[in-house]
Amino acid sequence: MTDTITITLNGERHALAGPTTAKDLISGIVDKEIGADGSPIDGSRLGIALAVDGEVIRRGQWSGFTLAEGHSVDIVTAVQGG
Amino acid sequence: MTWNIDEVTLNSRLVMGTGGASSLSILEQALEASGTELTTVALRRYDGTARDSVFALLQRLGIRILPNTAGCYTARDAVLTARLAREALETNWVKLEVIADEETLLPDPVELFRAAEELVLDGFTVFAYTNDDPALAKRLEDAGVAVVMPAGAPIGSGLGILNPHNIETIVSRAQVPVILDAGIGTASDAALAMELGCTAVLLASAVTRAHDASAMARAMSLAVESGHLAAHAGRIPKRPLALASSSFDGMVTPR
Repeated sequence: MTDTITITLNGERHALAGPTTAKDLISGIVDKEIGADGSPIDGSRLGIALAVDGEVIRRGQWSGFTLAEGHSVDIVTAVQGG
Repeated sequence: MTWNIDEVTLNSRLVMGTGGASSLSILEQALEASGTELTTVALRRYDGTARDSVFALLQRLGIRILPNTAGCYTARDAVLTARLAREALETNWVKLEVIADEETLLPDPVELFRAAEELVLDGFTVFAYTNDDPALAKRLEDAGVAVVMPAGAPIGSGLGILNPHNIETIVSRAQVPVILDAGIGTASDAALAMELGCTAVLLASAVTRAHDASAMARAMSLAVESGHLAAHAGRIPKRPLALASSSFDGMVTPR
């Protein structure tokens, strides 16, 4: 059995069942399958971005980025404003 | 009649914001009525509900997205938000907004300038929301921002253009487009901005919070076009006294 990993996701504690890549985390959250390039395989545009500990992780790096205990993860999207 | 940013040609001189609309369908109707081709969005944490669909809406309408850094108080926050926006929305255009306090929502000049410098170095096309201060506008231009966007009045106040003279001064000294941003209340405010020589007008609340958002959007579109035409039509000089428009020659007078 793998130990769970606790991260902060959008300001709240979030438990991961085991080592999880940024790609897998986002895929689960948006409920879409995401390819290695970080884009949905259905050809749509995600319109979201990811920062870990205040640094942007570009979509092309999501599949190679494994989340670790204590990481502070922010996932953002466009909303009405301005 | 067109204008350009980074080789992108825009026909409409009305830049819309999406904040303040009570529903996405009202927003959609207003955006269509406005004829806008460039529209701002804010960036917030993804919460999985329908509120993210403003992205889908703008994609569907074919309107170019201008992400903003609304809500940022420091250069550090604004730079991170701009980088997230670039990644999420696949554009290097950003409306840089660094506010000083919640009550006025006016730009913090020091943090704004720092953020502008950093974002320009990072390759962004920066639309800098700024105070109606000609000195600061010039400093931002010298730092390399693509567009200077002075406030007419505080965001959402609908007070119009409080210092037309300053806006005119900013325009007369700028080598980059000047967009009047914030404070517009009604169509005449938007027309005035254009008459003062602005390249475009950015507004949100004046339309999205109007009783009939679509009608106000259309009014703003016409006002911006009118003001632009008038600004380049060579208006008559103001005179202290009348100048008859009918000739006195050949007047019939009683004996």
